[in-house]
Amino acid sequence: MNVLVCVKHVPDTETRVKVAADGLHLDLGEANWVVNPYDEYAVEQGLQLKEKLGGEVTVITVGGDDATKSLRQALAMGADKAVLCSDPAFEDADPWSTARILAAAAAKLPCDLILSGKHGVGGDNQQVGSLLGQLMGIPVVTVVTGMDLEGTSLMLKREVEGGTEVVKASLPCVISCQKGLNEPRYPSLKGIMAAKKKEITAWKAADLGLDPATLAPSFQLKKMELPPPRPAGKILSGEIPDQVKELVKLLHDEAKAI
Amino acid sequence: MKVLVFAEQRDGKLKKASLEAMSVGRDLADATGGSAAAVVLGQGVAGLAEALGKAGAEKVFVGDDALFAQYSNDAYGLAVGKAAQVFGAEALLFSATAMGKDLAPKVTARLGIGLLSDVTGIVTEGGVLFRRPIYAGKAFATLAPQSGKPFGLTLRPNVFPVKDSPKAGEVVSLDHGVVPGDIKAVVEKIVTAQGELLDVAEANVIVSGGRGMKGPENYKILEELAREMGGAVGASRAAVDAGWISHSHQVGQTGKVVSPGLYIACGISGAIQHLAGMSSSKVIVAINKDPEAPIFKVATYGIVGDLFEVVPLFTQAVKAMKAGA
Ligand SMILES: Cc1cc2nc3c(=O)[nH]c(=O)nc-3n(C[C@H](O)[C@H](O)[C@H](O)COP(=O)(O)OP(=O)(O)OC[C@H]3O[C@@H](n4cnc5c(N)ncnc54)[C@H](O)[C@@H]3O)c2cc1C
Ligand SMILES: Nc1ncnc2c1ncn2[C@@H]1O[C@H](COP(=O)(O)O)[C@@H](O)[C@H]1O
Repeated sequence: MNVLVCVKHVPDTETRVKVAADGLHLDLGEANWVVNPYDEYAVEQGLQLKEKLGGEVTVITVGGDDATKSLRQALAMGADKAVLCSDPAFEDADPWSTARILAAAAAKLPCDLILSGKHGVGGDNQQVGSLLGQLMGIPVVTVVTGMDLEGTSLMLKREVEGGTEVVKASLPCVISCQKGLNEPRYPSLKGIMAAKKKEITAWKAADLGLDPATLAPSFQLKKMELPPPRPAGKILSGEIPDQVKELVKLLHDEAKAI
Repeated sequence: MKVLVFAEQRDGKLKKASLEAMSVGRDLADATGGSAAAVVLGQGVAGLAEALGKAGAEKVFVGDDALFAQYSNDAYGLAVGKAAQVFGAEALLFSATAMGKDLAPKVTARLGIGLLSDVTGIVTEGGVLFRRPIYAGKAFATLAPQSGKPFGLTLRPNVFPVKDSPKAGEVVSLDHGVVPGDIKAVVEKIVTAQGELLDVAEANVIVSGGRGMKGPENYKILEELAREMGGAVGASRAAVDAGWISHSHQVGQTGKVVSPGLYIACGISGAIQHLAGMSSSKVIVAINKDPEAPIFKVATYGIVGDLFEVVPLFTQAVKAMKAGA
């Protein structure tokens, strides 16, 4: 069982964002970059499958050289191999380009199952896993919170509004992982040491047979802004029962919210 | 621009979010001198065309087939792609619901076009521009589609109004070409959570509880308030991690990002990851016993007090107001 896990290198969720001088991008200079939290569930799931069934876990990312940090983190958790898809032509990659890069790379790697995170925090696209599956012509099951594998047959639980869907699929396929699927492990000291020695394969556009001209983003960025600050609110005062009465009145008369 | 809207139904009922999307589709078509159509899939769903016509669909492509009785991204992906081709869609609109988010990328990848997720604003003067939150709402990006290239969008529910703009809503039977073998990932069953209220992603009122709730049994006071207001119950991650409530209720950067008309935060401090998920709510009420809690910085109205005293009184007052009205 060979598992390919897509990981994205992202600013952690504590990050406070600023608009960069160009007015188009964010200044993330002070951010601490980490493995996308949802991708940790994907790595963990890959490792559990390997422990049960043998085979290898390969982690892959599309990003700059700094994304090596997240690949090392996944290797330290126990992944066997890592692939960095990095090229100046990939710098502005949107989800559609990212998926095409990943598909080109996946075609060169042995894999029975592809795991991704539910979504990449920051970009908040929730697309790449699905795009990748469709490009590869294999089934996609998203937002998965439970997984049972029997031979090549999979029973999956996925989160939908107001309930859970039970979906049956078979390998090969793409699964996007949601919180609840497992508890990601922390790398052990031994894992961290071992990760330092593991090799990271680097592929450029040419290695993947990709023409940079085809990777232009589908939408052009025109402006980046922070949300307007919320107007100062009213902190009520007085006896609690009177405050509650006033609150309901304000919600009804002033805010028209009830 | 020719705009095609995927209209989502469950159990034969159209989602409100789909009517919102249809209204956006109509506006986009009008602003660009084009036309708007809808596609609806299911079994026995042709009757839904009327409501879609009322919201602005000139044509409604109907795929009425047992193959669509149960949602699958395989069958729906093929059929919506087919409808897009038949109509010659230049813009493809979905709601950013669980189904829309699962389906949209399957369709756009099939068509080889770009997709923009979770759009919350559209400008149509002097070219078409779309606005969407990133970093769960910590920032907003404005983007333009590449001229002349078709694209897809998912639209955040509860953001765009439903408008009346009656059009013919002419039913066109969709020659979808889907066969049973196309469905590779099969939904075996749906387990609906017992006695659940609305999902936070769809609700216009959310009553949310955090670590201040002290335990799972106390969520019933929030449920009572939510029920009284026709809303949903949300939670902070601290409450979810404590095992008091399931993750599907979590609001925030690694939960659901919501913009309801009213968000009531009870015993939630207002950590950056939580604020990212809810600070675009129209009205925010904070109930917290700590006057220094950061949640008060984003609150429209705040009560500094014990939620166990405030919330039941709140429920009573809402009841009384409804009875009086
Ligand atoms: C990677 C990552 C992702 C995260 N994603 C999310 C996310 O998506 N959503 C999220 O919510 N958090 C998220 N967090 C967690 C976040 O940092 C906070 O830890 C969490 O939001 C705190 O939850 P809380 O406000 O319920 O608890 P606390 O911060 O402990 O606050 C509890 C509040 O309850 C008040 N209180 C206590 N008792 C009462 C009472 N009787 N009456 C009134 N008030 C009372 C207290 O004054 C306090 O303000 C994330 C963290 C990380 C590291
Ligand atoms: N640049 C990338 N490199 C590798 N995997 C990615 C990348 N971007 C997204 N993914 C994968 O796709 C998932 C969904 O991301 P997104 O569509 O950006 O929200 C992530 O959780 C990752 O598993």
